[in-house]
Amino acid sequence: MIISVASGKGGTGKTTVAVSLALSLEGRRSVQFLDCDVEEPNAHLFIKPSIGKTLPVFIPVPEVDEATCTFCGKCAEVCAYNAIAVIKNTVLVFSELCHGCGACSLLCPEKAIKEVGKKIGVLESGAAGNLQFIHGKLDIGQPMSPPLIRAVKKTINKKRTVIIDVPPGTSCPVIEATKGSDFCLLVTEPTPFGLHDLRLTVETVRQLRIPIGVIINRAGFGDRDVEAYCQKENIPILMTIPFDRKIAVAYSEGIPVVEAIPAYRQKFFEIFERIEKTAG
Amino acid sequence: MKQLVIISGKGGTGKTVLSACFATLAENKVMADCDVDASNLHLLLDPDIQEIHPFRAGKKAVLDPEKCNLCGSCMPVCRFMAISKQNEEIKIDSISCEGCQVCSYICPTGAISMKDNLSGEWYVSKTKYGPFVHARLGIGEENSGKLVTEVRKKAREVVENNGLDFIIIDGPPGIGCPVIASLSGADMALVVTEPTLSGIHDMERVIQTAAYFRTKTVCCINKFDLNFRLSRQIEDWCHKNSVPVVGKIPFGEVVPRSLAQGLPLTEFSENSVTREIIKMWQELLTLFSKEASRR
Repeated sequence: MIISVASGKGGTGKTTVAVSLALSLEGRRSVQFLDCDVEEPNAHLFIKPSIGKTLPVFIPVPEVDEATCTFCGKCAEVCAYNAIAVIKNTVLVFSELCHGCGACSLLCPEKAIKEVGKKIGVLESGAAGNLQFIHGKLDIGQPMSPPLIRAVKKTINKKRTVIIDVPPGTSCPVIEATKGSDFCLLVTEPTPFGLHDLRLTVETVRQLRIPIGVIINRAGFGDRDVEAYCQKENIPILMTIPFDRKIAVAYSEGIPVVEAIPAYRQKFFEIFERIEKTAG
Repeated sequence: MKQLVIISGKGGTGKTVLSACFATLAENKVMADCDVDASNLHLLLDPDIQEIHPFRAGKKAVLDPEKCNLCGSCMPVCRFMAISKQNEEIKIDSISCEGCQVCSYICPTGAISMKDNLSGEWYVSKTKYGPFVHARLGIGEENSGKLVTEVRKKAREVVENNGLDFIIIDGPPGIGCPVIASLSGADMALVVTEPTLSGIHDMERVIQTAAYFRTKTVCCINKFDLNFRLSRQIEDWCHKNSVPVVGKIPFGEVVPRSLAQGLPLTEFSENSVTREIIKMWQELLTLFSKEASRR
């Protein structure tokens, strides 16, 4: 089973929830944890895996053989991203705009274009006890995260319970990280910001036809609008985590909530069992 | 014209709360919300929308089943795994389609065409605090970077047409495409971090990103009193990397209460948090005028 943890708004507690859920399964299920927030991966700070393998991740970008090229301009014409331009007897490639779709090399009449790898980040994998850990880390200055997210998700081992930490937002990286999940946990906070972004995320995940449940984090001094919204939309609220300075301080030091307050281990496992019943 | 962009790497460190405070403190400015896929600043600035513009970017492949002969040659050429065969029918998943057009070129019967994609909207609004340019990216859409560029273009136009001199940009989390689009060409990036291991990890990456694009960077520590040891670690790191720390904002329960009221914190009440924010704004203005006199 694949469970993804998303939120829309950043900083609501995705990583806290994803890590706690994974740790609550210790000794009960074998877990594979994928951190797909490749721009700012944080789960390793809490899971503290020993990283055994680091692999570079490449995207294919065109390389033109100017000896065979007739400068006909077909490649520039077919590129939907303006990543290749032909000016007189030169072909310019703007690799940061390239999506690696392969149109130019496939459609070049002279077969003068081959694809070469351009590194965009790394895939690191390791373990913490029986938990298998994988995350992607986007190189500084690289704009495109979806190919790296795809590389992380290629490692999915369906024999394990897979938990995916999703990046914030509602655009393509979120879709890439969430699609294919059996269940999506949405983490929010009881503020107008939390509610606004929760609504957007609910729409996004519903488009993917994935069942959802909500966890309200830092409950206590916000408002009750998130609860009202979930009720109206028939979205189960699986847990409410009250604001607790003890949790916040433990979080700051990289201590997962299930370790700071052990009672949460059972609570998270109960959520897992509920998810297993609905989605598994 | 000066452009200040507020970023953080990690989400939820307080970018939007600070941006809204700056909206109440700054003069002669336009506010721009460049967190286009989960924008929040409009929830605090109570905008009166004056203009709505469609945002069209990219295309999506559409299949005409009448013309399709089911040869399947479109399937292997799609790198985004958007095309599949289900019950003797070719299906294109528009969510996975990145609009590269390869399938439409390969299809021998001309059954695939490319349709313009409406991927969002952007707005020009009036607020109590001055003009405001913001946007909404459609659900699950791509091209957030292009929409950010659109918002910033309009903000510059508003500045020029109204004799203003400041753009304050509320940026997105992360370090990828929309962040790069938000900070390229800005005069200064204010990185908002918090004293947590995640906050520090993400701050380092976003400051490196700003440096990669040669944007001058300053830093502020939000909720600094939550963990004094880590706050000191941030200050040391910033000092070593020549990034000035312009503010240390205490944790305050007043922040979520002001959000619940839909008000910028500086309009909600006067307290230890707002005093530090006002002080920091003065510090930023001083830095801007120093920069200007150096040029």
